[in-house]
This record gives sequence, C-alpha cells and structure tokens, in this order.
Amino acid sequence: MTARALGTSTAGWLFVAPAVSVIGVFFAVPVFLALALSFTDFDIYALASLKNLRFVGLGNYLLLLRTPLFWRALGNTLYFVIVGVPLSVGASLGAALLLNAKAARWKPVFRTAMFAPVVTSLVAVAVIWRYLLHAKYGLINYALSGIGVRPIDWLGDPHWAMPAIILFAVWKNFGYNMVILLAGLQTIPEDLYEAARIDGASTFQQLRHVTMPSLGPVILLVTILTMAGYFQLFAEPYVMTQGGPLQSTVSVLYFMYEQGFKFWNLGVASAVAFMLFLLMFAITMAQLLLSRRQGVA
Amino acid sequence: MRPNPQSVIVNGLLVVAAGLALFPLLWMVSVSFMTPGESNVFPPPLLPRHFTLGNFAELFRRQGMARFFLNSLGLATAATLLALTFNVMAGYAFAKLAFVGRERLFQVLLAALVIPGQVAMMPLFLMLKTMGLVNSYIGVLIPSVAGVFGIFLVRQYAQSIPSEMLEAARVDGAGEWRIFTAIVLPVLRPILVTLATFTFLATWNDFMWPLIVLTDNSLYTLPVALASLSREHVQDNELMMAGSVVTILPVLALFIALQRYYIRGLLAGSVKG
Amino acid sequence: MTLERSAPSRRATLGLLAGAPLAACGRAEVRGELKLWAMGREGEVVQSLIPAFQTANPGTTVRVQQLPWSAAHEKLLTAFAGDDLPDLGQVGNTWIPELAAIGAIAPLDARIRASSVVAPTAYFPGVWATNEVGGRQFGIPWYVDTRLLFYRKDILAEAGYAEPPVTWGAWLASMRAIKAKVGPSRYAILLPINEPEPLLALGVQQGEPLITAEGYGNFRSAGFKRALGFYRELFASGLAPAATSSQIANVWSEFARGLFAFYITGPWNIGEFKRRLPPGLAGRWTTAPLPGPNGPGASLAGGSSLAIFSRARDKDAAWRLIEHLSTPESQSRFEALTGDLPPRRDAWTTGTLAGDPYVKAFREQLERLTPAPKIPEWERIVADVTVVGEQLARGVVTVDEAAAELDRRADATLEKRRWMIGRGRAA
Repeated sequence: MTARALGTSTAGWLFVAPAVSVIGVFFAVPVFLALALSFTDFDIYALASLKNLRFVGLGNYLLLLRTPLFWRALGNTLYFVIVGVPLSVGASLGAALLLNAKAARWKPVFRTAMFAPVVTSLVAVAVIWRYLLHAKYGLINYALSGIGVRPIDWLGDPHWAMPAIILFAVWKNFGYNMVILLAGLQTIPEDLYEAARIDGASTFQQLRHVTMPSLGPVILLVTILTMAGYFQLFAEPYVMTQGGPLQSTVSVLYFMYEQGFKFWNLGVASAVAFMLFLLMFAITMAQLLLSRRQGVA
Repeated sequence: MRPNPQSVIVNGLLVVAAGLALFPLLWMVSVSFMTPGESNVFPPPLLPRHFTLGNFAELFRRQGMARFFLNSLGLATAATLLALTFNVMAGYAFAKLAFVGRERLFQVLLAALVIPGQVAMMPLFLMLKTMGLVNSYIGVLIPSVAGVFGIFLVRQYAQSIPSEMLEAARVDGAGEWRIFTAIVLPVLRPILVTLATFTFLATWNDFMWPLIVLTDNSLYTLPVALASLSREHVQDNELMMAGSVVTILPVLALFIALQRYYIRGLLAGSVKG
Repeated sequence: MTLERSAPSRRATLGLLAGAPLAACGRAEVRGELKLWAMGREGEVVQSLIPAFQTANPGTTVRVQQLPWSAAHEKLLTAFAGDDLPDLGQVGNTWIPELAAIGAIAPLDARIRASSVVAPTAYFPGVWATNEVGGRQFGIPWYVDTRLLFYRKDILAEAGYAEPPVTWGAWLASMRAIKAKVGPSRYAILLPINEPEPLLALGVQQGEPLITAEGYGNFRSAGFKRALGFYRELFASGLAPAATSSQIANVWSEFARGLFAFYITGPWNIGEFKRRLPPGLAGRWTTAPLPGPNGPGASLAGGSSLAIFSRARDKDAAWRLIEHLSTPESQSRFEALTGDLPPRRDAWTTGTLAGDPYVKAFREQLERLTPAPKIPEWERIVADVTVVGEQLARGVVTVDEAAAELDRRADATLEKRRWMIGRGRAA
C-alpha cells in the first residue's frame, strides 16, 4: 500500500469512527445485552439486587408461548398488518395515480396536503383522533349518522378499537408511500403509454398492462417497508387506548413495553422483542423469496 | 379550458383525498380557539362561536408550554447538528475513502436496519443509568446521533462526487480533512439540508424514548408533555387541541418550507431517479 | 401537569440560555433543595403547604414535581431503575410492599420513635398498618382513601327505600326496584369495568385472604367467589352498564341526569360532586358505607403515604417536611383543599370535617378497613383482576372460570416470590 493510500485508509477509519462507535456502543451492545437478558428471569427483584437473577435458558420463550396475552398481542398485530398494509398501500397507490394523472391540477398543493399528516407528531394527532372518534361528540359518528349508521363506540368497543387504529394509521401514513410510488410512476417512460394508446388501450388497460408491471418492484418495496413499520405498532395503542378495551389493541411491542417498563420483567420483555424480530425477519424473507420466484424483484 | 369528465373526476377525487387528509388538522385548529366545553356537545361544532385565545393562554401561562417548546427546539437543534456531524463524515468515508473492510462494515450496518429499535431500548436504559445519563438530554440524544439511514443517505449522494476531483486535491498535497471541508461539504450541501430536515422532524416528534429517559417535568419535550397532559385532562378537549397545535404547526411550517429536501431524502435509495 | 417552583432554579435558567442540551449533562443537584414527587390533585395542592415549611426551615427549598396518576407507578419504578428517584414522594399505599422489597424506600421506625408529631396511635389502625412491611414502617400515611357508596337519595326514595341498604341482600333488592322504575335506558349502579376497586372491595369484605402466606392465589375461595357472583349479577341483570370510565365521559353530568343511582367511588368525589353537579341536585345525593354480605361491610384501605427514598441525600430535611405535612393543622388544610381524608383521628374533630354530612359515612367506614395483600406483585395482580373482572362483567367467562383464571395468573406471577421465600430472601 502506498503511503497515500495508507493515509486515505486511516482517514477513512477516523471519519467513520464516531458514527460507528456510537452505533456499536449504543445500539449493538444493547441488542446483545437484550439477547442475554432474554435468557434470564430479570425482574424487579433483580433490579434491586443481581443476586436475585436466575438463568432460565429458553424459559422465557416457552413461557411466552404459554401466555394467552402474548398470543392475543400477536393476533392483534397480525390483524393490524393484514388489514392495514393493503389498505395503506392501496390508498397510497390510488393517491399517487391521481397525482400522476395528466388531468390533475395544482399537484404541489395536493401533494403537500396529503403528505402533511406524515410529518405531524403522533401524540398530537392521536389526541385529535381520540376526540374525532368519540362515541357521542365525535365528528366521525356524526358524519356516519348522516348516512344512517348508528353511533359506533370506536375506542370503547373491543370489535371496533383496532379498526379505528387502522383507520388512523392509514390516514397518518398514506402520504409517505404515495410519494415513493409517485416517484416510481414518474420513471415509467412515456413511450410505453404511447405505444399502448396506439394499440387502442383504454385508460384502465394502460393501467393494468403498463403501469402495474413497471411499478411492481416499487410496490413490493413499499409493502415490505410498510409491513415492517406496522409490525412495530406501539405508539397508537399507547396514546389512544392503552391496549384496551378488553386488550383488543395490545400489540406485541405494547405488550413488551408493559412487561419491560411497567413491571420490569426485562427477561420476558427482551424475549418478546426477539420473537418479534424473528417473525418480521421470517416474513420479510418469505416475501422476498416469493416475489423473486414470481420474477418481480 | 373546457372541463372534460376525466379532469373533473380526477381533480374531484384529489380534493376529497386532500380534504380527508387535512380535515383533522383544520378541526384541531378550529377547536383550539373554542371556549372550554364548547366542543362537548351534539352535534359537534365545526367552527368556534366565540373565537378565544384562552386555551393558548392557559397552556403558556399555567402549563408551562413555553418551556416545553424551547426544550423541543433545543433538543431537535442539537440532534440535527450532531447527526450532521457524525453521519456526514461517515457517509462520505463509505462513499469515497477507500479503507480496509469498508464494504464489509457497510453491509454489517445495513443488516442492523433489520433489527427494530425497541429491542435495544431497555438495556440501553440500564446502560445509561450506570453512566449517570438518565434524565439528561445527552441520554435522550444518544440514539439519534448516528443512524444507518443517515449514513446511507449521505453515501448515496456522495458517490456522485467525481473521484478525480478528490485525487487532484490529494496530489496537490491537501490533507483529507481539508478536502472534506473545502471541497466535499459544499457539494453535499443539498443532502445536508435533507438530512437536517429529516433529523429535526424526527427528533421533534419522537416521544417514546424521551418519555422513558426523562423523569424531570422541566426537561420534557412537547410530545411528552402533551402525552402527559392528555392523560390528566381527558375532559379538556379544547386545551388539548391547543397543545396539539403548538406541537404540530412549527414542524408543519418547516416541512412546507423545506419539503423539496425532505421528499428527496425519502426517495433516496428507494427509487432511482 | 404544572411545575411550580417554590424557588427559582439556576440550573434551568442556565439550561434555557445555553441551549438546554448542553447544560443538562447529567443531573446537577442544587444544594439545600428537596425534590418531592406528588400525583394528581394532591400534587397541585401541596405547593400551597410548602411556603410555611420553607419559612420555618430557611436554607431548604422544596421543588414539587407533579405526576399524572396513570403513569406514576411506572415512573417511580423507572426512576428507581435509572437511579433517579427524588428525595421523598407520595406513594400509593399498595405500592409500599413493592418499593420496600426492592429497597427503594427507607424504613422510618427510628424517626417515628423520636418524633413528637408523628405518633402511631394518632392514626386509624387500618391505615397505619398499610405502611408496615416485615415489622418495619416504610411510610407515613398522608391521606386515606376508601371506596363507598355515593347515591341519589331521591331515586332510591322513589323506588321505595328511605334508608341506604346495609346488607348485600337489601342492596340487590333496592337496585332491582330502581331498575324497574327507571327502565331499560338507565341503570341502578355504575361500575366502570376498567376499575378493579369495586370488585376488590367486595372481595375483601369476605374476610378470607386474597393471597395466601405461601404465595398462592386464593381467588377460588368460597368468599371471593361470592363476591364474583354478586358482581356478575349486577351486570347480568342490567343493573350496571358494561362501560369503561372513558365511555361514560362525564360521570358527574350522568349522575345528575340520573343515568345511575349508586356509584362506588372515593372521597375526592365529594369535592368534585359539590363543584360539578348542578345546584338543583344539592340535597338529592349523599354517601353511605359499603354494605357487606351480612351487615355493614369492610372496604379497601387505600390512600397515599409519604416516603423517603433510600438514595435521598438529606433524609433529615425530608423527614422534617414529612412532619410538617403530618401536623393536624396541615392535614386539615390539606383536606379543605383536596377533599382527601386525613388519616389522623385528631384532624377529624376540627375544621370543616366535623360538620360535613357527606364525610360521616367515611368516618364510619374508616374503622372498617382492610389493607390489600402486602406483596410486591400486587399491582400486577390488580391488573389481572381488572382484565378478568372486565371479562366477567361482559359475560365472557363464568364465575368459576374467572376465579380459576385469577388463581392461575396469580400463581404464575408469584412464582419468583415463592422461590425467594424458599431462599429466605422475602418475608
């Protein structure tokens, strides 16, 4: 190695050192600690004195598999993901298609308006939505009553609490994916549309045969990102429902938070975190493999 | 221009979509100006009958909103400056400085993206306790100071800097730091704004970690204070809306001013183009 | 949540000027400053009791931080974990065993013995007992809280009952009569299903312990099952709506409307009712002790105590503040401001309490209080009781299933405790 190359190499290390050390010390180390904790029964007694710590191997993981609330949390989270992701991606796609249409006017205005919810603080808008969803004085029920629907107790009824949260999450996030999809739409060459039009394709057929195939990879990306985000559902139940009613909105991370920061069962909480990670990893891998098989990615 | 059916449909739908997106925010502003109790009626009102600034007065005079606002401002600014420092240096190095193990290290960092941040939260809290950093802003800032996303963003952008330019400077005898500050930074300026906007917004809106780390009321940021306030004052709709206004409007304004950069950052790495 | 300082803090001012993040590295502690954490309304009110203390103790300032009740327990534990507890604070009685077990609060026996203000005999025995763990006192009761009946005299009278019920049987009969009178859209009693206190109050009236000394759940005892059955009956017969407190939204206006006639709640609501009910309702409601299975019943010994945290730097100053807040005069003033009931008998004979018709029932109930099981895991078990209680109220489980489920959960929660007992590390 030449002296200059050595100098560059050293400089390279010096430049990345601060960031990498921070990530190493304050992220990687805690992650490994969490893994270690998940094999112990660290709880409030251990917080007081480490003598009260016991090594339990896979005990926490097995305990979780026997805990009804864990399965409930898993179910709630899957419900949120399975319903929320298509809704969210669909809404974003629809909005992006509208914005991309040649007939659309004032595009910057519309785009900013639809993106605004994304940059708002979740706590602040959750407070707003809590009142919008109020059973008696909320505007949503008022609007529904206009079309003859009886008032729904959104945040008090176990059947409607998760749908309310899904609705809220879709509203908050659809602008994000919309922007990504819009950028993807804008990369589709105009000639493809031209060719389709010459062949006599209607708008709908153009959509189906030109837009969608070209957009495939971007839609996949957006779906994976949204899924990853939705698996980490936490702030919405925390602010709006505290996991209720009847634990219908306890998500996996909310369950972890309660175990960890309410009861200080760090062993169990860490086990929950890793189980979630494994689940997300598996599903993402499955998605990628599936799409590679279908020739999308 | 004669309105054709397609134009009407498309723009009509866009109006509806934008309206639905904005409506809760507009309603929030409206209610924040209502007198206490005015919104707890059926049918719910859309506009205040008597416009009042009382809720804001209550927030700032008695609930200490001014301090929370300044805390948020200070914290977000500090986070932005630190993140810019750490991430830009690292991003540039990953893009343009050949060092041993560069690619492998970067792949390891990318792998870290897969792990949800909450996994690290609890042990990190205990680590901070042993360092005496609980209930301090340093403790709050630590996780946001360096992030793989930021490094990735800068790296993407920095890759477009022509290497010849850098080589020429090296031949002229300039040191790496000099090259970085004199040549690279000015070229990276747009992505700096993007990263700054991103970090500022994210730090301002973050509430979970500050909620856990900060025990002293006086250190609370706006979202944390609002979360606390909303549990105490469930009945005081109008006051809560005023709190939301104070929390949302500044960053919304910032976003509108800098949206070009924010959106660019969003797209980097997602879609080429 | 407000933060009002009794003295300006240099640190905060510096922080704002220098850009808070830079100045607040670590926790700079101001000398001579006591940090006190208090919750809810008590936190707001205690500020007014501080100036007298500061005048009597020059050189000591007190900084009060308010916590919302819903997050207080969490915050205390988090602060303990983060080594960031204040000097002294208000702690719920039921949290004392837990905080003592982990060593977060300091035993106060020596100080009590040496004190002229805090004398054990001055307090109601049921309340004083809640602060005792393993033979040592860990807190000084600040105010006492219990649950009893608030009811609409006029609705009860219309249903044919001039006097409040004293036994469960009479209570059930009176509620059925009320329901028959008011019809399907109104109720006889409000029992918010997200609140476990009414069910627990019914449970402690049975006399059988809820948790055995060996560390097992005892919810399948005949007594507790009777309580579960009674609770379920109220919902099954439509006497109580299966609603949470947030669904009712404004409980005072609904009480005024006559949505329900009975409400099991605590002393703070005396002041709230007086403040928030329309004036026309003034003579039409009152309080009564809880009916028991066979006669006047016991109730939960709730309330808060003042405790000194183990890592406090100046425990003597903290103790002086506790003494200041425990004098009969401070207690009377405190009661006048909050409506919270004093745990000292001598504070009941003076001031506004002596003549208040609404607190008469409380005075009677205070002699019949049962503390909650003194185990650190009690909060978790209460959370389970809330969940299973909600299921029971909604008819999702039967009484037997509920009792079995509660025991199953309690046994699982207490496994570590049984291990610790086996090792001799827990009482």
